[in-house]
Amino acid sequence: MTYIDPHIHMVSRTTDDYQRMAQAGCVAITEPAFWAGYDRSSPQGFYDYFRQLTDTEPKRAAFYGIQHHCWLCINPKEAEDPAFAREVISMIPEFLTCENVIGIGEIGLNKNSKNEMIILEEQLNLAQELEQLVLVHTPHLEDKLKGTRLIMDAIDNTSLDPNRVLIDHVEEHTIREVLDRGFWAGMTLYPDTKCTPERAADIIEMHGTDRLWINSAGDWGPSDPLAVPKCQVELASRGHAAALIDTISFDNPCTFLSQSGKFSIE
Amino acid sequence: MGTKPENPMSQSEVIDRYFLEHRAKVLDIAAFLDRVDRCGSEEDDFRMVAIRTCIEELLTNEPGRAERILLLLSDHTNDPIDSAGMKGACGAPPPE
Repeated sequence: MTYIDPHIHMVSRTTDDYQRMAQAGCVAITEPAFWAGYDRSSPQGFYDYFRQLTDTEPKRAAFYGIQHHCWLCINPKEAEDPAFAREVISMIPEFLTCENVIGIGEIGLNKNSKNEMIILEEQLNLAQELEQLVLVHTPHLEDKLKGTRLIMDAIDNTSLDPNRVLIDHVEEHTIREVLDRGFWAGMTLYPDTKCTPERAADIIEMHGTDRLWINSAGDWGPSDPLAVPKCQVELASRGHAAALIDTISFDNPCTFLSQSGKFSIE
Repeated sequence: MGTKPENPMSQSEVIDRYFLEHRAKVLDIAAFLDRVDRCGSEEDDFRMVAIRTCIEELLTNEPGRAERILLLLSDHTNDPIDSAGMKGACGAPPPE
């Protein structure tokens, strides 16, 4: 069964992971710009990172027959210094012309601070001005509920179409409000935090598959680059139809990402 | 696809499939509480207060336990904080 992993940080993963993902049916991924586990010492560090996302990773993925697309931004964990963040934001338009860049992301909040909000709003304005899709990171653990609401309120203050915004890392306490407000929602499959494949299957049974996708968000922390096929197996073993599994793991990401005009499965 | 897919499994199938895994998780919680007790501290960490509140929630018979537990573990304030201070999260809202 083929699948798309629409959120995974392959810069933190080995080439063996690309191979195993391809063997498990992965045909395409999208990689949002994120925090590397440490703060970059200069905006130039982001310039090099954006080159890695737009040049190096597509080649690594293509070797295993996987299409690679990416999202660019400054992530909320490095947004506490607005002057620094603005220097990074100023580099983004140059890279948006690259053929594998499909939008602005993963922007959002981390600790729900005032400066994080300012930089979030500036990047939402950039997406609006340049008519880009938006991928949103919602905060971790106790900060998620508040941050998700602050982010949705900020988006509502722009003219961005909610149908072109995906709010990621939803869980049982945030998914309903995200979908009710017209956004797409992403469930991240993590072993300890966010959703396990089993809980994601439960949420699909409770909320359906409309405007919903699953992703591994595989990175340098506890995470699993094969989480999406594991969720496919969980759904299949419960007796769900192949069509439902295709909807959540292939058709829905394809539908959302295709709005960029740069994403298609060859 | 606008409809919600039902869980195709019967109650006994769900229990057969998942019971042992969750039996082990309950034992993990019990052992964790014992481990904390063995430290002998009188101090009541806010995270342990939170986990005991969540355990009480588990004993209710209303569906939606996962959502309610996540809400118990959430910051319910509305305004952005002045500065981030740290990057990580604790898993339960710290006392003000």
